[in-house]
Amino acid sequence: MTCLPAHTDKRLGLVIDLDTCVGCQACVTACKEWNTGGHMAPLTDIDPYGSNVDGVWFNRVHSYEHITEMGGRTVNFPRSCLHCETPACVTVCPTGASYKRASDGIVLIDEDKCIGCKLCSWACPYGAREFDTDVGVMKKCTLCVDRIYNDNLVEEDRVPACVAACPTSARHFGDLGDPASAVSQLVADRGGVDLMPEMGYHPTNKYLPPRAHTQRAASVAAPALEPVRAEGGFLGWVDRMLSN
Amino acid sequence: MHPAFSVVFFTTATGAGYGLLALLGVLGGLGLIPPDFWFGLIGMGLALGLIAAGLLSSTGHLGRPERAWRAFSQWRSSWLSREGVSSVLTFIPAGLFGIGWLFFGRTGVWVTLAGLLAAVGAIVTVCTTGMIYASLKPIAQWHSRFTLPGYLIFSAMTGSVLLNALLQVFAIGSTAIAAAALLVTMLGWGWKLATWRYNDALEIATTANTATGLTGGTVRSLEWPHTEENYLLKEMGFRIARKHGAKLRLITQILAFALPALLLLAAIFLPWPLAAIASVLAAFAQFAGMLVERWLFFAEAKHTVTLYYGR
Repeated sequence: MTCLPAHTDKRLGLVIDLDTCVGCQACVTACKEWNTGGHMAPLTDIDPYGSNVDGVWFNRVHSYEHITEMGGRTVNFPRSCLHCETPACVTVCPTGASYKRASDGIVLIDEDKCIGCKLCSWACPYGAREFDTDVGVMKKCTLCVDRIYNDNLVEEDRVPACVAACPTSARHFGDLGDPASAVSQLVADRGGVDLMPEMGYHPTNKYLPPRAHTQRAASVAAPALEPVRAEGGFLGWVDRMLSN
Repeated sequence: MHPAFSVVFFTTATGAGYGLLALLGVLGGLGLIPPDFWFGLIGMGLALGLIAAGLLSSTGHLGRPERAWRAFSQWRSSWLSREGVSSVLTFIPAGLFGIGWLFFGRTGVWVTLAGLLAAVGAIVTVCTTGMIYASLKPIAQWHSRFTLPGYLIFSAMTGSVLLNALLQVFAIGSTAIAAAALLVTMLGWGWKLATWRYNDALEIATTANTATGLTGGTVRSLEWPHTEENYLLKEMGFRIARKHGAKLRLITQILAFALPALLLLAAIFLPWPLAAIASVLAAFAQFAGMLVERWLFFAEAKHTVTLYYGR
C-alpha cells in the first residue's frame, strides 16, 4: 500500500558530516559494488566504456564552493535517499511498488510491481531515484537492508556499505527516532540539518554543516631569516657589480 | 522537465477527448443537440478515439507497460492511480450513452443519466490528470493554483471547438455553440497568459543553499558526480533557451488561441460551407497549438534536483 504508515518503530537513517567528507567517492563505489548484487540488483551500467556512459547509482558525491563573508571553502556533498518521514515518492506510486516500512522507516521499491512510470522520481525533490532503462523499473537506495539485518555478517559490518567504506568516518548510521542514539546525539551536538526543509518531506537523514572557520594558523618557532650580507672575494665582487 | 512526446500527446488528446465527451454527454443527453446518427457516431468515435489513443500513448512512457493493470490499485493515495481508475470507469457510462443515444431513440431517462454520468466521469478524469502535476511540490511551475483550472479550461476549450467543428461539418451548427467555443478559447488564452506571468515572477524558496543545507553566502557547483548526463539530468534537467521559449509561446498564442478565435468569429457570420471550413481549421490549429503549449508546460518546468547540478 502506498499510504504512509502512521508511525514507524524506528527511523533508521544516515548522518553525513560535510565537515570531514573529503569527496574520495569511496562510499559511491562501495555502494555500487554491494548493491549491484543486492536487494535492487543489478545497478545497470549503459555503455560503461563508451562516450555516453550512463547507469544507476544510489549515491552521488557533488562538490560545491561555498562562499560567505568568512571566506570560501570546498564542500563535498554526498547525495542519496533521505528515507523521508513523508515521502511523496511513495504516495504518488500508482501500483504499490513503492512503500515505507512501518518497522524501520526505510523506503523501498518492489521491483516486480514497478511499471516504470517515473512519477516517483518527479515527486522526489532530492533526485534520490534513478530509472534503470535496461530493466524498465525505478531503483533507489535500500539503506542496505540486506546488510544491516544480515546475520551472516559480523556485527560491525551490519551497516550500509557506504558507512563501512568511509575512510574519514563522515557517514554514520543509526536510529534517528531514538533521541538517545549515537546518531541523534551527534545531530544535536553538531546542529545537524534537514535538506530542503521547506518542502515538508521531513527527511530522516541529517547533514552536519562544516565547522566554522578559525583564525588559527600554524605557529612557527624558528626565527626569521637574516638578510643576506654581501661577501668578499670573487662572489662578493660579482654581487657588487651586478647590484650597481 | 523533459517533454516526452508520449505524455505531451496523451494529456492533449485526452483533454480534448474528455472535453468533447462531456459536452456530448450533457447536450446529447438533455436533447439539446439535434439528433443525427452519423454526427453522433463520428462525435462519440472521435471523443472515445482521442481518449483511447491518449491512454495508449501514455503506456508508451512506461518502462514495463505489461504491468499497467497494477496502476488501478493505489487510488487511495495516488492521483495517477485515480486517473487510471476514473478513465476506465468513464468508458462504462460513455459506452451506454453512445449505444442509447445512437441506436435507441436518443432520449429516455437512462440515456440522459448515462450521458450526464459520462460527463461527470470526463470532468473527474481531467481533474485527476491536472492533480498529478499540481501535486508535485518539487516543480514550482506545476505546484500552483493555475495548474488544475488550466487543465479543466483547456479540456473544455478544445472539446467545445471540436464539437463546433463537428456540428458545422454536419450543417447543424449553432451560433450559441460557436460563440461558446469562442468564449472558452478567449478564457483559455487569458488563463495561459496569467499562468506565464505567474511563473515568470515566481520566487522559489528552494535554493542551492537549502538543497545542500549550507546557510548564507553562495553555493556554486564545482564538479558533478559524473561526466555525462545521467537519468536525473535527462529526465528532469531539460532546459529551454529563453529565446526559444519566447518564440514557442508566440506560436502557442497564435495557433491555440488567436487563430481559432478569429476562425470561430468568422464561422459565426459566414454561410455554410465556409463556416464549416473555418470551424474545422480552428479545431486543427488549436490542437496543434495545444501540443506546443503542453510541450512548453514540460520544457519550462524546473525540478529542484537541477539545483544540485548548478542549473
